[in-house]
Amino acid sequence: MEALIALVIGVLTAGGVFLALRGQTFPVVLGLTLLSYAVNLFLFIMGRLAIGVPPVISESAAGYTDPLPQALVLTAIVISFGMTAFVIVLALKARAELGNDHVDGVQLGEDRQA
Amino acid sequence: MSLLDHLAILPVVLPLVVGIVLIVLRNAPRALQRGVAVAATLALLPLALALIQATGDGTHLVYKLGNWEAPYGIVLVADRLAAWMLLTTALLAVFALLYALTAPVPQPSPQTGEGANAGPTPTYDRDGRHFHVLFQLQLFGLNGAFLTGDLFNLFVFFEILLLASYGLMLHGGGRQRVKAGLHYVVINLVGSTLFLFAVGTLYGVTGTLNMADLAVKLAATPPHNAALVQSAALLLFGVFALKAALLPLTLWLPAAYAQTSAPVAALFAIMTKVGAYSILRVYSLIAGEAAGPLTGLLDAWLVPLALATLALGMAGAMASTSLRQQTAWLVVASIGTLLVAFGLGSADALAAGLYYLPHSTFATAALFLLADSIARGRGEFADRFESGPAMPRARLVGGLFFAVAVAVAGLPPLSGFLGKFMLLQAALESPWMPWVWPVVLATGLLGVVALARSGSLLFYRTHTAHAELPAPANAALAPVVGLLALIVGLVLAAGPLSDFTAATAAQLTAPQHYIDAVLGGAR
Repeated sequence: MEALIALVIGVLTAGGVFLALRGQTFPVVLGLTLLSYAVNLFLFIMGRLAIGVPPVISESAAGYTDPLPQALVLTAIVISFGMTAFVIVLALKARAELGNDHVDGVQLGEDRQA
Repeated sequence: MSLLDHLAILPVVLPLVVGIVLIVLRNAPRALQRGVAVAATLALLPLALALIQATGDGTHLVYKLGNWEAPYGIVLVADRLAAWMLLTTALLAVFALLYALTAPVPQPSPQTGEGANAGPTPTYDRDGRHFHVLFQLQLFGLNGAFLTGDLFNLFVFFEILLLASYGLMLHGGGRQRVKAGLHYVVINLVGSTLFLFAVGTLYGVTGTLNMADLAVKLAATPPHNAALVQSAALLLFGVFALKAALLPLTLWLPAAYAQTSAPVAALFAIMTKVGAYSILRVYSLIAGEAAGPLTGLLDAWLVPLALATLALGMAGAMASTSLRQQTAWLVVASIGTLLVAFGLGSADALAAGLYYLPHSTFATAALFLLADSIARGRGEFADRFESGPAMPRARLVGGLFFAVAVAVAGLPPLSGFLGKFMLLQAALESPWMPWVWPVVLATGLLGVVALARSGSLLFYRTHTAHAELPAPANAALAPVVGLLALIVGLVLAAGPLSDFTAATAAQLTAPQHYIDAVLGGAR
């Protein structure tokens, strides 16, 4: 289970970094989104993996999972969601102002196909 | 509970409430909106002064949100350093806002494309919507970042101030601004992600995010986790270095600062200092003398990187082709100087750095504002370093430029000289002395040369103007004069102020008091 989660986070991060380094704004936005998925998952499992145990006090509970990372990740999700919305609008505005979707506003032959 | 008990949270709550009120007032008469914004910004001054007063004897005002005991609840902590940063921010904000209210926006030139022609003299706050809301929320984020005692809260306040800064930076629009803004937003989003990774790792190892508790827990890290906390702490340093524009994470700054509008660039002069502040705050707590595996974590990194940043900043200032660009590079150089002081780490060096911090903030902000007036006075030549027409009122503007340049370059009699002098004196006892002295002195000389070249190009090598050029208005020059007056004030009150920064430095080098003040109830 730990190995699987670690692998998922690793793949998400690697994909996010790769896409964030692309030349067009759309892949960059996707890359930032993947990175934020990765970090949200990462924050979430920092409370350790636990299955079927409650985060709040209950009389029948055998053990508890850490509720704090869940609260943290909720905050992080809201923030990253807002940021993604903002960066999409900004990318659209840049597309309109600069005439193309390259992050530097220039047109490069081989980069167009990506 | 009196109002005084809530003093530590007022500088955070006030801009937030006012920001929300201003959203509601968006269709109210403009004079009302402006009045509320100015009153709220001015009100931060007495709050900051009251905090200076309250923390001046070395107390840590710990404000427990919801009265939950630390480390379980979230705390705000006001100490000398936080109060000092708040006062600097409040003073800067007043003059930046004043400029935004009074100075006319330059008429759109062919490169910038669109522009607002709402009235006879559109000012910056009318050049787009919600300027005042964003301005207040920016102050909310800044004040919160300076006051919080919780690492995750620091992240949240960073996001708030960044999100407000995205809006402010793009305010008014324009092609170049959108392009620079896109880079600025993307790089800061990546920075935020790294911040969360670092915070997550620290939480996973220690189970706490309260900075004081973190300091205690990290000091007792078992050896098998040492590498993990070291990498998390260095990742966090990378994030703060990005915000502070420390080399090699500098290059986003010049484009972003040179392209945004003048009052926003002036306000942003404090933004890089937030990164420097965070480095100082977090690492004085978690990498102090008795910090287990983190002791001296940054010793090998901070001073060389800061010296390289200083050198690069001055080289950039030499190579700049316009005054705004040059000012942006001078911001980089000033952050280099500041982080050299913080990196040396001795109490004397920290005191020098903290004295230099408001100086460099005010000086670079004044230069941004003045560059805008100069650009308007030169018509189509704007602030580019080309021989252009003689601008109207060149004597007055040139005189102000001279005074601001003296301040920025760190020449006597203004406070930059005192700050650098204190820094060099503090460096005498450090093993870094053979590096610090030549770099600081040589870059000081480069700064003088660069600014002298700009001044002579802008004011001496002129020809007769063909067209009628707009004269810089008194209203646009007043905030520059005000910021210069603050710099003169820093010199006149150098004695008491350096005593205060020395006391602040002493407080920072003894983090145990901070830890005891925050965790006092839990022990």
